[in-house]
Amino acid sequence: MRDKTVTITIDGKQVEAKAGQKIIEAADDAGIYIPRLCHHKDLPPRGHCRLCVVKVDGRPRSSCTIPVEEGMTIENDTEELNAHRRTVLEMMFVEGNHFCPSCETSGNCELQAEGYRLGMVVPKLPYIETHREVDATHPDIFINRDLCILCGRCVRASALQDGKTVFAFEGRGIEKVITVNAEHGLGETLMDVADAAAHVCPTGCLRTKRVGYSVPVGERKYDHNPIGSEIEQAASH
Amino acid sequence: MSKPTIATGHFTGCFGCHMSLLDIDERILQLTELVEFDKSPINDKKRFDRVVDIGIIEGGCSNDENVEFLRMFRKNCKTLVAIGACALTGGVPAMRNTVPLRECLEEAFLRGPSVIDGVIPNDPDIPIMLDRVYPAHEVVKIDYFIPGCPPSADALWAAIVALLEGREPVLDYELLKYD
Repeated sequence: MRDKTVTITIDGKQVEAKAGQKIIEAADDAGIYIPRLCHHKDLPPRGHCRLCVVKVDGRPRSSCTIPVEEGMTIENDTEELNAHRRTVLEMMFVEGNHFCPSCETSGNCELQAEGYRLGMVVPKLPYIETHREVDATHPDIFINRDLCILCGRCVRASALQDGKTVFAFEGRGIEKVITVNAEHGLGETLMDVADAAAHVCPTGCLRTKRVGYSVPVGERKYDHNPIGSEIEQAASH
Repeated sequence: MSKPTIATGHFTGCFGCHMSLLDIDERILQLTELVEFDKSPINDKKRFDRVVDIGIIEGGCSNDENVEFLRMFRKNCKTLVAIGACALTGGVPAMRNTVPLRECLEEAFLRGPSVIDGVIPNDPDIPIMLDRVYPAHEVVKIDYFIPGCPPSADALWAAIVALLEGREPVLDYELLKYD
């Protein structure tokens, strides 16, 4: 079973994939980047963000949760899907308070980087502008909920990699926020700055204190190369 | 053939986008060859007296005067381009949008730590503040958007060249920035 391979087609290119692999993983191995925010290579998939939705035999599916099957025909980098992705990104921007010019994660932010890659110029949907609570109770880490996109990476990393279950979701729908396993904030939890959960946030929501703006403009992660180019380049060698 | 005309305008922002426009360095000589500047803070022309080809505006709308002038730009510009984070999203001034206006004014003019005998300014000559800071496209139709805080001189140059050549301004990867 382990060595069984299946053949799928992504954007017209035939790709060999391991049986049981998720579509996004098979695409990564073949050097084809599918945009993503909640998916992280070290964590089990959840399908929260909808950015990785591709068309599988004409039907929209989230590529991080759907396993490959022999003969699947997948559309990924199409104008239709990328337009949907830009709208999904716009929704994330207007649901939070993302002030890129003053954010210390700017330039290293995956949300922003997906916007750059997919050519989102400006969110044109109406802003929600709700005020969410900042948690600065921990000596080394802060939570700025205004920037949370509810990807759940910290929830998974804390539970599965750190064995601590520091984070969880609270509320439903537009009221949903990230919460911590303590009454008076992150400072009361077992969270440590060395935990995996402290380093998986795709935006500026969960950040280490006292290291902001350490990389100058022009040298930041996504200043010159789009997010995903490491995946595209790895396969070309 | 007469040169295309350009107007530029500034609303609630920091004038950084205009500074970035000046940062095109010696290309500004080329720009003056290519276009004729109409109403703009650069030449200090205050009023529109004709319809211009391209309007470039920076800043969001935080008061009634901004709205009035932005509508004037829309009326007098064949193509209207919003540049910079403030015009596109409200930008840094829009950080007040999550706090009610009265609280903002009271904090600034009544309760601030350096305030003595505070009073909220109420002179009829002062523009009336809006409930929130609005991106330009929530007030008038905007034809094109150039993000950045400010957009780099290269991004502005690329956009202006595209507009003069009759193309849609689409920024290359390294020029498309939200900060």
